[in-house]
Amino acid sequence: MLISVASGKGGTGKTTVSTNLAYALGKRAVILDCDVEEPNAHLFLNPEFEETENVTTKVPVVDMARCTLCRKCADICRFRAIAVAGKTVLVFPELCHSCGGCFRVCEPGALSEGLRELGDVEKGVSGDLGFVKGTLRVGEAMSPPLIKKVRTYHDLSRINIIDAPPGTSCPVIAAMRGTDFVLMVTEPTPFGLHDLKLAVGAVRILGIPHGLVINRSDMGDDKVRDYAKAEYIPVLMEIPFDRRIAECYSRGGLIAAMVPEWKESFMELFQKIQSQVLS
Amino acid sequence: MKVAVTSKGSDLESQVDPRFGRAKYIMIIDADTLAFEAVDNSENLNAFKGAGIQAATLICDKGAEVLLTGHCGPNAFTTLKAAGVKVVNDVDGMVLDAVTSFKNGRYTFAEEANVDGHW
Ligand code: SF4
Ligand code: SF4
Repeated sequence: MLISVASGKGGTGKTTVSTNLAYALGKRAVILDCDVEEPNAHLFLNPEFEETENVTTKVPVVDMARCTLCRKCADICRFRAIAVAGKTVLVFPELCHSCGGCFRVCEPGALSEGLRELGDVEKGVSGDLGFVKGTLRVGEAMSPPLIKKVRTYHDLSRINIIDAPPGTSCPVIAAMRGTDFVLMVTEPTPFGLHDLKLAVGAVRILGIPHGLVINRSDMGDDKVRDYAKAEYIPVLMEIPFDRRIAECYSRGGLIAAMVPEWKESFMELFQKIQSQVLS
Repeated sequence: MKVAVTSKGSDLESQVDPRFGRAKYIMIIDADTLAFEAVDNSENLNAFKGAGIQAATLICDKGAEVLLTGHCGPNAFTTLKAAGVKVVNDVDGMVLDAVTSFKNGRYTFAEEANVDGHW
């Protein structure tokens, strides 16, 4: 099973939910940190990594000795990653989406494949829990290919918890697409509600069953609950504001590891997700 | 010699458009005769990314040797440099005055881009 944990914005407690849920499930689960710009699940789960894979993408390299300056490459590139300037052809690797178009149209065979580094994927364990983490190279702007790579490390015989990046754009879609369930984490504030609506919009386009975790549920107002009710989105868990939780988080600890009742609550959360997926 | 100037309008009395890739017009001006062509850049105006590269390619193709503009980003600068086009940044005022100032040698060419790209 594939469960993605998402939130419309950062700082809602998404990582708290994904790490505690993964911890509670233990050896039955693998957590995949797809928040590649700022992976932080490892800070709470302290995994030991066993292998690292460098992830690259193909970009064109021009051999000017063969190039006839025909411009076909520049004309076909939607991303303007390759340009003919005077008597040279320039490649802007950071703009290239590796669509392969230029390679196909270059008749003299002046283009060969070069590599641009996107980041890396590390694989390991945190106790019995499987742990996979993607890290985007600093300065790299294109995270979806790396996120897709992280996701290939899933283990379908187990429960895969995918920690999605915040927001509602391409990287989040790459993390949620094809998952069995999207767990959305939000706060009962106007900002939380606003971002939740955007996130729900994206999830509905993808057609994935989804449910809500309301974090700091005793703060703010009832508008998130009212919205969830009106939209028939099940609220699967509420986490009240609790100094112990905040302290635990700031020390890089897990509430499910410290307080047995919380471990049970996260197990219950999983059972609710399971019954939502099966129904 | 042909000079390219980013412009808000299509004649020599128009104001220099400080933006490069997303300038309204790119004026290709013969510095000696002042004969000019105003190239409509509006299609590029809405380009998602790479507007600077596209505009730079256009200037290379038109055979301009110098570009007078406000701010030219790194990718556009690289493109222009590869084609041997020299760049003057921080140009403002009327297009005609900019060309005159250039002819009188009052500008210095940029060594590098003066704004970061936005991606
Ligand atoms: S691979 Fe695609 S995106 Fe990259 S330079 Fe070639 S045409 Fe452009
Ligand atoms: S398509 Fe090939 S030959 Fe034509 S300009 Fe591009 S690199 Fe040169």
